[in-house]
Amino acid sequence: MKGRRWRKLRETAIESLIRVCGISATIFVVGIFLFVCREALPLWNNDGFHITEFLFSEQWYPTSDITKRYGVLAMIAGTFGVTLLAMVMAVPLGMGAAIYISEFCAPRPREILKVLVELLAAIPSVVWGFAGLTIISRLIVRFTNADVGVNLLNGAVLLALMSVPIIVSLAEDAFKAVPDSYREAALALGATRWQVTWRVLLPAARNGLIAAVLLGFGRAIGETMAVLMATGHAINIPGSVLDPVRTLTANIAAELGEAPERSTHYQVLFLTGVLLFLITFLVNLSAGLMIRRERRQ
Amino acid sequence: MSRFAATPLVQTKLRQQAAAGFVFLGMLACILLPLVAILGDLLWKAAPSLSWDFLTSAPTHGMREGGVWPAFIGTLYLVTLSLAVAAPIGVLAAVYLTEYARDTWYNRAVNMAVLNLAGVPSIVHALFGLGAFVYGAQFGFSILSASLTLAIMTMPVIIASTRQALLSVPHSFREACWNLGASRWQTIQVIVLPNAISGILTGIILQVSRAAGETAPIMFTGAVFYKAIQPGTLFPYALDEQCMALSMHLYTLSTQTPGVADSIPNATAVLLVALVFLVNSVAIGVRTMLRSRGR
Repeated sequence: MKGRRWRKLRETAIESLIRVCGISATIFVVGIFLFVCREALPLWNNDGFHITEFLFSEQWYPTSDITKRYGVLAMIAGTFGVTLLAMVMAVPLGMGAAIYISEFCAPRPREILKVLVELLAAIPSVVWGFAGLTIISRLIVRFTNADVGVNLLNGAVLLALMSVPIIVSLAEDAFKAVPDSYREAALALGATRWQVTWRVLLPAARNGLIAAVLLGFGRAIGETMAVLMATGHAINIPGSVLDPVRTLTANIAAELGEAPERSTHYQVLFLTGVLLFLITFLVNLSAGLMIRRERRQ
Repeated sequence: MSRFAATPLVQTKLRQQAAAGFVFLGMLACILLPLVAILGDLLWKAAPSLSWDFLTSAPTHGMREGGVWPAFIGTLYLVTLSLAVAAPIGVLAAVYLTEYARDTWYNRAVNMAVLNLAGVPSIVHALFGLGAFVYGAQFGFSILSASLTLAIMTMPVIIASTRQALLSVPHSFREACWNLGASRWQTIQVIVLPNAISGILTGIILQVSRAAGETAPIMFTGAVFYKAIQPGTLFPYALDEQCMALSMHLYTLSTQTPGVADSIPNATAVLLVALVFLVNSVAIGVRTMLRSRGR
């Protein structure tokens, strides 16, 4: 009898611990957004700062003595320039690789290839940045007429390599989720594997594939160290792929160390964080909706 | 001509199929070859510096010579501390969300928020860590702030992967256990956790390698360019001190240290990649081992 009461007590203790952990973890996790917003909030009452200037001006002089300007348009352009160029490279390659792994490959090499792709995803971003700085920049200087190798193209190549594993593994999941009966029906009609892929799998797995691309995009847009080291730090709207640029993430990383606590500069960097947060949240949210819609089918 | 010989139409189709397979294989090669080339290049250039001494000695001459011991130990500190915070809380939180929380709009919103936070850029976590731990909680630039920042960064991913593992245990298992009179916690303890453990562990180990490689979140919260410690000591840092870290060390060496020999940053990169690959291989090993045991 005593043993049972003791066990009951212990169980209540464990369950309340679980409850506390669950609630505190969610508070913490949701609190990040509120906290980053709160740090940026004093900007609304700041006369030297206007939200329209922040979003639509390309002048960024946060430490100037006479005219401070906080416009991040050039960084927004840099972020999307690098990310979109990366996607142009990563999406076709990732899709093709996923199709090969899931439809053309024998089962045993398939497992090895999946492990390799997983390893590709595990390489830390600072190592990618280092590779961009030392290897890719030299290749760019040799094969194009660019003066410096750290530019938009370099960052885009790195981001493509970094986001491709996500695209491959999620696209592979999406292909795997298509029922085998679809493939068998098409094969029975005399379709080749290529025709099965093109006419049956791609339409059937469409939502999952869109989700894969979106999540790869989200990974690329939030990447910091690689673009900090390999895109060349110039704050201007890029005119060609060989121009140096600066992204939103790299801008925070480059200047956060110099911004005094609670200065306008500090608060503007937090506002940039809010902007990044919203962009990635939107991207992830739409990917989640795509995955859910696929499950429902 | 045999009855089963391919007609010209079939032959064309087979050629098409082979060509398609070849093109897709080429695309895969475009992804994997740079990986091989980059790793090969790192290893090749790092070779002159790679030795046991490189790992166990401290950097000298303004980091232009010597090894990486303080950075290596610093990374171990940060990873261990952050996981000690994030893993238990994350797993228990996932248990709460999957096994206890009712399916209300509020809990669904929390779930969605957690999933989405797994994709938030690491630099945003750096902002949060700087504002909340360094300035807000007055922990200062310290190992404590940096590891808490890493913990906050890894926790949503641990929650998400644990939830996935728990959800993959069929509901009928739980019902069978309840029917025997087991309580909710007994069911979790005896049925749910043992069945989900391979997924949970894999998720946690993958976050170990992510925490070891991240630079942005620790750059502003506790990692420094250089810190002298007693070489060879295992516990050189105190919690309220700053520390070096491998990822930060690589960043510093390659962008802010002029005149450093080529082999030293390369060797640091090789060490970092080796560490991450080792941890990932452990994750893959654990997964295959526990899966084959389950069958």
